[in-house]
Amino acid sequence: MFDLIGVPPQALFGQLLLGLINGAFYALLSLGLAVIFGLMNVINFTHGAQYMMGAFCSYMLLTYFGIPYWGALVLVPIIVGATGIIIERLFISRLYHLDHLYGLLLTFGLALIIEGMFRKQFGSSGLPYTNPIPGGTNLGFMFLPYYRAWVVVSSLVVCLGTWFMIEKTQLGSYLRAATERPDLVQAFGINVPRMITLTYGFGVGLAALAGVLAAPIYSVNPIMGANLIIVVFAVVVIGGMGSILGSIITGFGLGVIEGLTKVFYPEASNTVIFIIMAIVLMLRPQGLFGTPK
Amino acid sequence: MAEALLAIRDLHAWYGESHILHGMTFDVNPGEVVTLLGRNGAGKTTTMRAIMGMMAKRKGSVRYEGHELIRLKSNRIARYGLAYCPEERGIFASLNVRENLMLPPKVKDGGLPLEQIYRLFPNLMERGASQGTKLSGGEQQMLAIARILRTGAKLLLLDEPTEGLAPVIVQQIGSTIRMLREQGFTVLLVEQNFRFAATVADRHYVVEHGQVIDMIPNAAIEANREKLKAYLGV
Repeated sequence: MFDLIGVPPQALFGQLLLGLINGAFYALLSLGLAVIFGLMNVINFTHGAQYMMGAFCSYMLLTYFGIPYWGALVLVPIIVGATGIIIERLFISRLYHLDHLYGLLLTFGLALIIEGMFRKQFGSSGLPYTNPIPGGTNLGFMFLPYYRAWVVVSSLVVCLGTWFMIEKTQLGSYLRAATERPDLVQAFGINVPRMITLTYGFGVGLAALAGVLAAPIYSVNPIMGANLIIVVFAVVVIGGMGSILGSIITGFGLGVIEGLTKVFYPEASNTVIFIIMAIVLMLRPQGLFGTPK
Repeated sequence: MAEALLAIRDLHAWYGESHILHGMTFDVNPGEVVTLLGRNGAGKTTTMRAIMGMMAKRKGSVRYEGHELIRLKSNRIARYGLAYCPEERGIFASLNVRENLMLPPKVKDGGLPLEQIYRLFPNLMERGASQGTKLSGGEQQMLAIARILRTGAKLLLLDEPTEGLAPVIVQQIGSTIRMLREQGFTVLLVEQNFRFAATVADRHYVVEHGQVIDMIPNAAIEANREKLKAYLGV
């Protein structure tokens, strides 16, 4: 059957898997952006740098402290999330009363500074990170590397867990309510400024977790986030700013579409997401899962 | 005489540059239902928001059970047992009815149990899974009141709970407020409609230009009807 459309199954499923892997990163990163934007109305341009920090942090934990991948998986989101909390307290929290644009400019500037510091320290050629689960299995129609399967599954679990927390728990109802009326939620006795700080830390932690997952696949280098974040912002726009489920579905979906484009029309694979973004913006400016403002 | 449950002294508040409250002074005693009456723009809602710490700039004194609240943030103030039901009701569109009802955290012991709340407002149980803002205006008002009864707050600040509602709903809200008084709640009520206010309250403060200009006990409301009409411009 596959020969009929002129594509060998190995290539098709190989690209599908690559698409799912990319989608896993798109979903994790756009989810963090959605969580942050939803509550804080801040477009966090530092997100790519924080993803990169996640990858470097796991590299440093391994190289300087001998802490392996599995330790990094737990520690890195906490460490990088804590730097996010400091950034929110020191800088971002002073901008809430101003236009969104200021938050965007600030976080963009921070991203440039952070990436510059890492480039100065580590160069830009990239550092290797050993695959913690080498090997794979032959599924008959394709070869499945274990680590890649792990990335897709763990990203999916974290995404769905975050969705559940926000949509189905009491804590999530505080977050959703504070998105609408922070003053009223605070007057019910909830410390909204602290919740905002922790939410930013959580979103940053998600970016850092994506960085840890990415380290063994992509080489660890200071501009890894800058390259990825452009696509992730397109994903966010397509899914709808601030929509949790939208960012997850769109992230995985666009990864797969990108992978399939590589099989059927490789020339368009780098632009297909932006073409979709343009079409979505024309037909549904609030995004596929967004609500019109 | 001991200090009132809520003692407001020389309370000032500002929206940006505009000075709204010019030294509000009044008391609310335990178990009372007290109204703030006044025209639009007199500063009644601002008084509520200033008590709750929801105004960026305020000064003077707000004492509750002897605690000074003027410098506290609103989340700390709520923890003393004050709860606010805003004029626009503040039902959250992204939460269903049950989530709206369960949103305010418990701040003290002694809130109404959920079963009693559902007995009072059976619609809220039936429509628990509906989006909060899909309820009718009257149901939204019930929800806005119901959710602060669970929390253990003993002083309820109700901002125009009858506004824009049908007479039968207004009656239901009136009987709810009387029931709350019997249960030992203290209520500070903002009203434009003094006929309604007269059916539920013990005392009325008349507010004008951000100050209290008169206090009328409910028993004397008939004798003061002409004066009130002049104050309220009705």
